[in-house]
Amino acid sequence: MNENIIIQLEDVRKSYGRQEVLKGINLSIVEGKTTLIVGASGQGKSQIIKHILGLVKPDSGKVLVYGKEINKVSKRELKEIRTNFGVLFQNAALFDSMTVYDNVALPLRERTKKSEDEIARIVSEKLALMDIEGSDDKYPAQLSGGMRKRVGLARALVLNPKIIFFDEPTTGLDVAKSNEIYRVFSRTQARLGYTSVIVSHDVPKIFKLADYVALLHNGAIQDCLTPEKFQLSDDPVIKEFVETTMGPLYSSEMEV
Amino acid sequence: MLKYFEKLGTYALDYINEAGRMGIFLFHSAVSIVKPPYKIFPVLKQTYIIGTLSIFVILFTGAFTGMVLGLQGYHTLSKFGAEGLLGSAVSLSLIRELGPVLAALMVTGRAGSAMCAEIGVMRISEQIDALECMAIDPHKYIVAPKFIAGIISLPLLTAIFDVIGIFGGYLIGVGLLGANEGMYFSSIYKDVEFSDVYMGFVKSLCFGMLIIWICSSKGFFVHLSRDGGYGAEGVSRVTTDAVVLSSVSILVFDYFLTSVLL
Ligand SMILES: Nc1ncnc2c1ncn2[C@@H]1O[C@H](COP(=O)(O)OP(=O)(O)OP(=O)(O)O)[C@@H](O)[C@H]1O
Ligand SMILES: [Mg+2]
Repeated sequence: MNENIIIQLEDVRKSYGRQEVLKGINLSIVEGKTTLIVGASGQGKSQIIKHILGLVKPDSGKVLVYGKEINKVSKRELKEIRTNFGVLFQNAALFDSMTVYDNVALPLRERTKKSEDEIARIVSEKLALMDIEGSDDKYPAQLSGGMRKRVGLARALVLNPKIIFFDEPTTGLDVAKSNEIYRVFSRTQARLGYTSVIVSHDVPKIFKLADYVALLHNGAIQDCLTPEKFQLSDDPVIKEFVETTMGPLYSSEMEV
Repeated sequence: MLKYFEKLGTYALDYINEAGRMGIFLFHSAVSIVKPPYKIFPVLKQTYIIGTLSIFVILFTGAFTGMVLGLQGYHTLSKFGAEGLLGSAVSLSLIRELGPVLAALMVTGRAGSAMCAEIGVMRISEQIDALECMAIDPHKYIVAPKFIAGIISLPLLTAIFDVIGIFGGYLIGVGLLGANEGMYFSSIYKDVEFSDVYMGFVKSLCFGMLIIWICSSKGFFVHLSRDGGYGAEGVSRVTTDAVVLSSVSILVFDYFLTSVLL
């Protein structure tokens, strides 16, 4: 297979005080594919994303994006690299003194020379895609948690990025909405062919979306496999993860 | 014993660190101001927030400052029989000293604190990170319009302060205490020179930059602040710091500017 690796983490380590969060992360993200990062809460999944985005500096090791070390490049190069990114933070990080419309329009206004008419068209299209029409004039504080997530998604996708990073895109959404969002993901990815890195607890449903699944455990990536292989893996840690996340789903009838 | 030295060392390093951070912040902001594209609307909005909304406070404090100068000046000058100089005494102290300093202090309290808190909240709620990840330079987007607005607003506010102060002095000195009206204005006309106005102008310009620099960089780096910038408390502490540091720097800087410009 000739697969282009566009993001690579090499032995990335990061400690906060005495707590060692990342203990040597090795991970490769393949171009045009969806890589899913799973793992228990507080294991450092969001930290991995922040390292790739260049928001956090690793204590040691390398984070390569497009072959460049993200925390060593110049400010201009970093900006250049980031023009390819579409990011949804775990807390959505919406601009809280701007309306929903302005939030989604901001990247278009600041990064492109599109006219306001064109911007209005694109914004309402993206908002419709995420099923949040009619809330244009609301402020983030006036939205529900799930709506905030969806505005964040609309904002992340508005510039048709080449690489998307979604930190728990469907947490806090009902089943129907999250299914709809998964459908949107696979549709837009088929159309735009972007690379995506998704952190999610929505196992196993999100496996359908993934080309690769990486399990983070004890500060290291256990393995990065296709979803089928992941579910059948012999690795004891992965096996346990698969059993605890998927097992109860099927045996729930017995437990109740 | 060693522990105290260690603590002293950490403090010193912290301060040096922060000074360096703020220096780099100023540099980046300056670069982002001159770099295109130039957007006029954000600058207008910030000028409204920093300048227009401060006018009332400036009018009020300016009037009372002028009035108290008229009162004090009249009583002091009348001891030497020099009431005729009241106009120049009031106007010179306002234009050279009190106008720029007091206007800057008022703006620090009104707009500087708000600016620091606003940027601080944006930082702790990851909005600045989000901007960076969208490849939008937060210096260009957030800080540059504030800087330009500060540079525009402060000299204008100072001018308003001076003018209203001179009339305040007139009101008390001439209207209430009975100094000679013609003398009041002719002494202003005779004694105020261009160099005085220039000094006031330079001061207000420098104070404008100083306020925006200190207040916005304090908020911008709230997450790196000494006792940990966490949540609402972190922002409130940093805002207090910013107002105190900015006010102190205005007074200290005022001395040095005066000694250079005299
Ligand atoms: N700024 C920080 N200072 C100290 N510790 C931190 C900091 N940021 C993250 N951590 C620690 O790093 C660990 C990993 O955090 P992270 O947010 O990456 O978890 P996560 O895997 O995304 O969890 P979740 O699934 O709940 O979102 C946590 O134990 C957290 O306490
Ligand atoms: Mg997380």
